[in-house]
This record gives sequence, structure tokens and C-alpha cells, in this order.
Amino acid sequence: MRLDWELARRGYRRYAAYPGATAAGLFTNVFFGFLIAYILLAVYDQRAEVGGYDVRDALAYVWLAQGLLSIVASFGPSWTELALRVRSGDIATDLYRPVDLQRALFAQDVGRAAYQALWRAVPQFLLGALLFDVTIPADAVRWLAFGLSVCIAITVSFGVRFLVNLTAFWLLDYRGPALLALTVAHLLSGLIVPLSFFPEPFGDIARALPFAAMLQAPIDIYVGAPLGGSIAGVLALQLAWAGALRLAGRLVLAAGTRMLVVQGG
Amino acid sequence: MVELGRNYLRLIGARARGQLEYRTSVALQIVASALLTLLDFVMILVLFENVAQLDGWRVEEVALLYGIAAIAFALTDLVVGHLDLFPQMIRDGTFDQILVRPLPSLLQVVASDFSLRRIGKILQGIAVLIVALVAVDVDWTLGRAAMIPLAVVSGALIYTGVWIALATVAFWIVDAIEVVNAFTYGGNFLSAYPITIFGRWLRNLVLFVIPIAFVSYFPALYVLDRPDELGLPDALRYASPLVAVLVAVAARLVWENAVRHYRSAGG
Amino acid sequence: MAEPAILVEAVEKRFSVRVKRGRLRRERKEVAAVDGIDFEIERGTIVGYLGPNGAGKSTTVKMLTGILVPSGGRIRVAGLDPSRQRIDLARRIGVVFGQRSQLWWDLPLRDSFDLLRHIYRVPAARHAASLDRFTELLALGPFLDTPVRQLSLGQRMRGELTAALLHDPEIVFLDEPTIGLDVVAKAAVREFLAEVNRERGVTVLLTTHDLADIERLCSRLLIIDHGRLIWDGGLDELKREHGRERTLVVDLEEPAPPHEVEGARTVKVEGPRQWLSFRRDETSAAELIAAVAAQARLLDVAIEETEIEEIVRRIYAAGAR
Repeated sequence: MRLDWELARRGYRRYAAYPGATAAGLFTNVFFGFLIAYILLAVYDQRAEVGGYDVRDALAYVWLAQGLLSIVASFGPSWTELALRVRSGDIATDLYRPVDLQRALFAQDVGRAAYQALWRAVPQFLLGALLFDVTIPADAVRWLAFGLSVCIAITVSFGVRFLVNLTAFWLLDYRGPALLALTVAHLLSGLIVPLSFFPEPFGDIARALPFAAMLQAPIDIYVGAPLGGSIAGVLALQLAWAGALRLAGRLVLAAGTRMLVVQGG
Repeated sequence: MVELGRNYLRLIGARARGQLEYRTSVALQIVASALLTLLDFVMILVLFENVAQLDGWRVEEVALLYGIAAIAFALTDLVVGHLDLFPQMIRDGTFDQILVRPLPSLLQVVASDFSLRRIGKILQGIAVLIVALVAVDVDWTLGRAAMIPLAVVSGALIYTGVWIALATVAFWIVDAIEVVNAFTYGGNFLSAYPITIFGRWLRNLVLFVIPIAFVSYFPALYVLDRPDELGLPDALRYASPLVAVLVAVAARLVWENAVRHYRSAGG
Repeated sequence: MAEPAILVEAVEKRFSVRVKRGRLRRERKEVAAVDGIDFEIERGTIVGYLGPNGAGKSTTVKMLTGILVPSGGRIRVAGLDPSRQRIDLARRIGVVFGQRSQLWWDLPLRDSFDLLRHIYRVPAARHAASLDRFTELLALGPFLDTPVRQLSLGQRMRGELTAALLHDPEIVFLDEPTIGLDVVAKAAVREFLAEVNRERGVTVLLTTHDLADIERLCSRLLIIDHGRLIWDGGLDELKREHGRERTLVVDLEEPAPPHEVEGARTVKVEGPRQWLSFRRDETSAAELIAAVAAQARLLDVAIEETEIEEIVRRIYAAGAR
């Protein structure tokens, strides 16, 4: 536990070392937030409600999605960092350390997410909420569920990125798979538009997949339009994906390690 | 000029040859980056699942905006996309290395990389543009037909100029390069929509400061023969090539000035 | 008299840096990285440029190569003003920044050289002849067709030197060309530079921390510290002036307490061996040996001159005061 805490702090500090980059990233997030907000406002010019979202929900979605983007690391080095270590063979030294690799990386990723939440997502959402008329939930339970959902989203996002990185054990190229995974994640996580905007049954299918658990799930809870109407249901599905990805990550890492030992890298 | 062009081709040829050692990877990356970029168009399609038109523009008209802007931006990205790494070039001394070679610094920076995978973005833009051209209801004339390639080239020049001018920020603040993304990637993202849907400050920004409105919006007004709801002069719809030249000249001046600053202050 | 290869007159470079004053306030402060230096370098010489880190060495080299514009003073390199005629100058000089590659990572060395031929507009025949000669001198043959990323550090540095010299520059600036190399590679680089200097009359300005480079190659030394030139002269002169201390090493028949001899002090004792330091202008070696021999039985004696490293270290230390 002590080690996890130290690793998380390292993950946090790694990003805290570049406040200029944080400010620049925040600026870009806000700019994109404006663009998407204007585009959705043009849609709501003609509709009072789309897929269960009214205009205030849609605006809340815009600023939440931009904020969650940095927390769940939609872009950035974490999609290929470990893959690079696998390719270069440096992974061998990681595996010899007396710590669990998956757990150690997760702890660092939590530190990273905490930094991004504190310095990018929150300020950026507050700014969006100040400039646009967004939904603000009144009851504490929903806020609590939203916070919990974001935490699980980080776990799920880590699980997905961990698996994508591990493909480097078998595939020669690490960049192509990462780009493909990023494409799928963007499409199916609700980042480009809320999944309920998609034609049926596409949106419902996407909501059942792990990518939705990275971004759409917490937003649905926030605006009060969870799948099937139950907050508990959404959280349960997220938790199930988090557990499944953790298990899958362990199995795949073990298989990759075995191959490394057998083939000698 | 001819010699500079030849040197540029030689330099990027060298980069491309290095990458072609890994053909399968490059092919996969081309496909993946085409798909990732295409998501912006998927967003448009999903929105039009829910509405018949956006501020009076139908889906095929928005697709035309997207197609022109996407190809222009993809060309730009191919040529100067690695300016994302420009701060690193300054930090690790690569830029100093460039300054002791007998070629213009801008040419060398632009020629310092060439990622074949970015070709994927061009391909998806072409695909969408073809579909849009087939679908739009246009009374084709020679002028309208000629405007399409002209707009693409002008747009590429505008994006390139904007990108280069903004990248010079790195001479002053090294870790703030992501600000540039707002105007490059962000500029490309907004070019796919009629600028009338954006707030007034944003419209003025893309009309007068960073003239991205000339990439696709004005050429599309001409091709589609639409009235301009902003009530701006009609001449603007033909102005993209001129704007492109102005942006290129301005970018060149900004660059020279920034390098001069670096050489007198930097190191 | 021929125009010097490099002329530096009262050159200064001031940077403005932000200094923290209190929690939020910051003030601009001027710092002189190079604070008024003068020197001339004749054509065809190899000059060593030394100084501790941050002394102003690389700032000087950047001004001489046209990367940085001086804040004051006058510079001529190959008769040109580097800051105004950077691109013209670039054709006539070669530069190696030891830590930074000018080669194309993914390409074989040969292709990098070919690209440089076009960039520097070298006639094909001249290029081929030079490349042949350098290949011979540096034994590039075995790895000329290997991509640069697969080369060892020593091989890469040989490639860098070739790249810097293929366009027949009049002057080459070498920043730490032997850093990180093994002994054999270092020797190869030094021999090559000596040969190229003799054969082609190339002027070389070499910044280095490795004093063996200097001993092997440089007829003249410039030492800079805190932005000022604190030494300009030959290596022998430097030794004579700052190396007046010599050391007598005596091997005694059996261990003894440190000797106390007039005009010298015992600086080290190791079993039967003792080191006595003395100044050449005060005591002669012969007198000293006689004095020691009078106290104990001697098996062997040797005289050590002060090492160049030691001299330079002392100069830096003096400069820091």
C-alpha cells in the first residue's frame, strides 16, 4: 500500500513538472469545448431533446467529456509507453523487480489521473459551467455516484491501455495497434458525440462495451440518463469491466512473459 | 528556388526511405490514422441522424466543407505535422545543427521529418470529398469545378502558414506547444462546419486573425452558390488564394523574426 | 600577411534571465556569458578551447558559427561576419557537436554523405575523392552501408567527422569530439584530425574536456572562465608558467617517516615510496636527491612533471576565486 502511494505520487509529479504544458493543454481543451458546444447548440436549435439529453445536459456533456478526456488519457504516451519497453526489451528488467508490474503501473496511472483531474478537468469544467448553462445535479447521491463512476472509469481506461500496450509482445508494430485502439475507444466511449445520439441499436450495443465505461458511463450518471434508468446498474457494469480487464491484463502479461522466457526476448 | 525544392525532396525522400523498411507497419498505420481522422466525419453523420440540416446546411453540403478542409489539413500535416516536436528540436540542439548548414532554416525544419502514415488522412479526405461532390446539388461551371482544387491548395497553404507562425511560440515558451493544437487541429475541426454556427468572437477569430474561414467556408459558398448570412462582401468567396499567399508571406516574416530573436537572445 | 581564419575582437554575449524575487515577482537580470574576449587564430592551426562547464565555451562557438548573434564586438570567420552571412559561412565551415548527430538516423552513412554533398553543392568527383580518402584514414569501409542507428558511438563519431569535412571546409569547429569514446577510438579520431590538418591545411578549433586531445593536437590553448579569456598561449608555456612544481619520487630501501628536506615538502608516503614536491626555480633536482640520499638509502628516483590536468584544474580553481 505504501509502495502504491509512492508510485502514485511519482505519477502525479511527472506531470506536475510541466505546468506550462498543463496550461497549454487546458487551453486546447477549452477551445475544443467551445467548438463542440456551438455545434451541439446548432443541433438543439431544432430539437428540444436528443437521446434523452436536453440542451443543458448536452452542454454538461461537452465540458465533462473534455475534462474526462485528460483523465482517462484519451491521447498521450500511455498508449505506447509500455509497448516501447516491450519492443526494446527493457520490459525484462521491469519483470525482475519484486513488484507486480500491472499494479505498479496502475498506481502511477492513478497519480497521473489525479493530476489531470485537479489541474485540467476540474478548472476546465468550472469554466464551461460558468460560460454555458449546464445541468448541475441537485442531489448528493448523484454526485457521489458520479465520483465513484469516474474512479472506475480510470481503472477501465488503464485496463484497456495496458492490454493495447501488451500487443507489442506479439506484433512487430506498436503504433498502428495503438492508433486503431484509440479510434475504437474514441468512437465507442461517447467522446465524439453522446452514445444515445447514435441510431439504434448501435448506441445500446456501444453502451454495453468497456469503452463506454471509460467516459459515457460517468456522464450518463451525471446528467441523470443512465442506461436502463439505474445508476446502480451502470456502476455494476463498469465494475464488471474493470474486473474483467484486470484479469485479462494479468493473463496476457503472463502469456507475454512466458513467451519472453521461452524465446529469450 | 528549384534547387531548394530539389533539396527538400531529397531530404524528405531520405526520411521516407527509412520508413519503407517497415512496409507492413506503415500500411497499418496509414489505415489506422485514416480511420481515426474519419471519426470527425462520423460525428457529422451521427448529428445528421438527429437533424435534417444544421443552420440551413444539408449533410452533403457539410460533407463538402469537411472534404475540402480535411484534404487541405492532411497535406499540411504531411508537410509540417512534426512541428509538434519542434520544441524538442530546440531543446536538444537539433535546431542549432540546422543553423550551421547552408540551407534556409525553415526549409530544413520542414524537411526534418516526413511521416508516411499521415497519407492515410489524405485518403479519407479524398473519399469524403468524392462522395460529397456526387451528392451535392450544384449547377457545375468551370469556375466552380476549378474552385475545388484551388480551395484545397489554398487551404493547405493557410494551415501551413498558421502552423509555422504559431510553432514559433516554442522559441519563447518551450513547453506550451499544445496551444498550437487548438488552432491547427481545432481549426481543421471547425472548418467542417458553416462558421455561422459559432459564437461571434470565434467567427471573428477565423475571419480576421487566423483566417481559417477561407479554407472551406468561403469557397463552399461560391461552389454551392449560397448567400452569405453574415453579410460580408461577395468578393470574399473568391479570395482564398489571395489570403493563402498573404498568410504564407506573413508566416515567413514571423519565422524570420522568431529565428532572429532566438539567435540574439537564445541558446 | 594572410587574413586570420578567426578574428574575435571585444566580443560579448549577454543573456537576459528571469530571476525569482519572492513568491511571484520576477526580475529580469542581465548575465554576461561571454564578457569581452579577443583572439586571432591563424590559418592551418589546431587550437584547443578549454574551460569549465558554463564558462562560455559553447556560447563562443555558437557565435563563431553564426548560431548566436553577439551582443557586442566584432567577429570574422573566414573573412565573413557569421551573424550576417550565416549561410555563406556555413558552406565554408564544418561543425561537429559531439552530443548531437548531423547524420540521418535511418539511413546508411553513405546516403547521409550523399545528401550532404547536395546540400553543400560539392562536385561529384571531388566528393568521391574525399570520401575515398576519409574512408581510408578512418577505416569507414566496413560500416559505410550500415544505417547510422546501428553504429557504435566510435563508428558514429568517425561518420560525424567525415560529414563535417566532406565539403572541404576551411575551418572546423569540434565540440567534444572524443567524448564517450573508448581509448582506441579516441586515438583514431586524434590521428585523423592531425592528418587532415596537415594534408588539407584545415584550421581546427577544438573544445574538449579531454586534455590528452590537447596534448596530442594543439599547438595553442585558449582557456575561458566566467566569460573571460584567462589563458592564451602554447601548451609548453603553460606548463612552464603554471607547472613550476615538480615532484621527486624516491624509492627507499625500507619505509621511513616523511623526509624533511630544505626547499621541498613530502606530499605522500606509500610504504617505502615517498613523493616530494618542489619548485624548479627554488631547488634543483640534483640538490634534492643529494639531500634525501644523505638521510636514507635510495633504490630509485624519478622526477614527475605536473600533469596538464592538474595545471588546468589549478587555473580553474584560481579563476573561481
